[in-house]
Amino acid sequence: MHELTYAQAINEGIREEMRRNPKTMVLGEDVGKYGGVFGVTRGLFDEFGGARVRDCPLNEAAIVSFAIGLAIQGRPTIAELEFMDFTTFAMDSITNQAPKLRYFWGGQVSVPLTVRTPIAAGLGFGTQHSQSLEAWLVHVPGLKVVMPSTAYDAKGLIKTAILDPNPVVFAESIALYATKGQIPDEEYLIPFGKAEIKRNGDDVTVVALGLMVPKALKAAEELAQRGMEIEVIDPRTLAPLDIETIVASVKKTGRLVIAHVASKTGGIGAEIAQQVVERAFDSLDGPPVRVAAPDVPIAASAQLEGAIIPDVAAIVKACLSFRNTRA
Amino acid sequence: MTLSAEQQIEALRRMWQIRFFEEAAIRLYGEGRYRGSTHPYIAQEATALGVCAALKPADQVLATYRGHGAAIAKGADARGMMAELLGKATGMCKGKGGSMHMSQTDVGFLGCNAIVAGHIAIAGGVALAQQLDGTSAVTVAFFGDGASCEGVFYETLNMATLWKLPLLFVVENNEYAISTHVSESISVPDIALRAQGFGLPGVTVDGRDFYAVYDAAAEAVARARRGDGPTLLEAKTVRWGRHSAVAAGPGGANVDKWKLTDPIPRFRQELLQRGVVGEAQAIEIEQSAKAVIDDAVAFAIASPYPELTELYTDIYA
Ligand SMILES: Cc1ncc(C[n+]2csc(CCOP(=O)(O)OP(=O)(O)O)c2C)c(N)n1
Ligand SMILES: [Mg+2]
Repeated sequence: MHELTYAQAINEGIREEMRRNPKTMVLGEDVGKYGGVFGVTRGLFDEFGGARVRDCPLNEAAIVSFAIGLAIQGRPTIAELEFMDFTTFAMDSITNQAPKLRYFWGGQVSVPLTVRTPIAAGLGFGTQHSQSLEAWLVHVPGLKVVMPSTAYDAKGLIKTAILDPNPVVFAESIALYATKGQIPDEEYLIPFGKAEIKRNGDDVTVVALGLMVPKALKAAEELAQRGMEIEVIDPRTLAPLDIETIVASVKKTGRLVIAHVASKTGGIGAEIAQQVVERAFDSLDGPPVRVAAPDVPIAASAQLEGAIIPDVAAIVKACLSFRNTRA
Repeated sequence: MTLSAEQQIEALRRMWQIRFFEEAAIRLYGEGRYRGSTHPYIAQEATALGVCAALKPADQVLATYRGHGAAIAKGADARGMMAELLGKATGMCKGKGGSMHMSQTDVGFLGCNAIVAGHIAIAGGVALAQQLDGTSAVTVAFFGDGASCEGVFYETLNMATLWKLPLLFVVENNEYAISTHVSESISVPDIALRAQGFGLPGVTVDGRDFYAVYDAAAEAVARARRGDGPTLLEAKTVRWGRHSAVAAGPGGANVDKWKLTDPIPRFRQELLQRGVVGEAQAIEIEQSAKAVIDDAVAFAIASPYPELTELYTDIYA
């Protein structure tokens, strides 16, 4: 075992895959000598050189589409977009091109593309640098969407993303970059579509995404002191989504809370709630509850942003709202 | 580099194939044999053939929704294309692509793309892969005057020039983007002038003149193979017909005049004058091209539609 931060774990995962496959590439802004604006690609340029770890001019659309061109020529490519908000400039590449080429060309190509992009929610960057746009992407057939919450998961999932012959959007959380985890010395991969139960409990199922996972675990401690045991599930990948694990938990607890940083309307929470309703309606004590940002742009002021990004107390409150639903 | 008689004859044959393919596509649309739309390559045939005559099988071509010409020029199979048009299981993309998404990767045709300019940066990535592979293969991106207004074109011009990629940008200036004339959309008289701001060669040729296109393309391809980077080649023509099966054409008094500049009779005449073919052979070339397309139409019509299970295949590798 060795200890790494979430950012270092992603770095180690990329490094291992670049060592494994000499065709694997990294494209992005400031990813080379500088090592990435958040240091995630640090050292890769020195080890693999500028041909494979390529600094690009500021053109998100071309970065992702170049990566697609490389990918269809047999070069698995990781494109970094510095903030998830900037995926908007690359939306044609991410939604019309990468996940569609294989289908509309009848299977003639595969697209081993990973788009790494961090969410900066909660750090005071203001609304153009803080959005969680995963729901847009989950809506696109052909795309896989990953959202790790721990260093261990981040490493295992980035490796799976790079090895996957399909386009993957890998949504990181900047607020988690410095969190530490124990990483096994031997290689491991984490399969897509496999949720992890981060804490067991019988009273409420809390499905938490990304940054909300550590908050849900804190909420679980508080609630335990008040006599409520919550089960915290991290889906880890949103597409594909491991609905089975969530449904099995809800059948046990009868109560569902979904916690995400993204704004509420049209968020993943609605999709998860509906899928659970379709499969386990009879097991539910009451309607599923969403803990999410209100439908407002994300303000920069700490005072205001603090009221937007859901916190531990919001999860606690949502769980306690179920207190009187069962005799 | 000069072309052999055989290559020139093959070019004429394929120009006719494109023309007959597109005429059949328009006819079949009118007969209600497929839905959506189709974007004829009529009046631009000499450009696809002039460029592709300078290419080798390992070179890659990416094109737009008006890409049937590039497909045939790069060697795509007419039966597979026609069946694709009609949405049949025997289509080159199993009927999932249709008119605007044809592709045949085994001949180096990396497909049509229906997002205007969406393929240009993908072509950049393909060219980067070729450069890294260390072969002398090149990539061609065909696109229109309208596409030359999209931002991603400029992103790619910059990156490809910066990295000296083996890429040929072929802008087919047919004067129109649906209804918008270039005089209303482009700030320079020649789109090739855009190259000046990016530091790559920009060349304008008559896109209806096979030899002019070929000469310019051959030079650009040679430059790319040498590792000297991309070229922006502008091929001028006028689309006298409809933008698509469902959208109108320019119309007006000029149409008859434009038709006189038809690139195919012109090339045919040049081959006769140069003594590459005689009249009898010229007729045979045209007729055999017609036969290839007639056969493709019959094949496509007789082919079955895809099974519904195909809906769920080819999404993920
Ligand atoms: C991004 C995008 N914008 C708009 C369209 C609709 N559209 C299809 S073709 C076209 C005109 C393109 O003109 P040009 O690039 O000159 O190519 P041409 O059709 O003349 O071959 C437009 C606006 C589209 N398909 N994609
Ligand atoms: Mg045009």
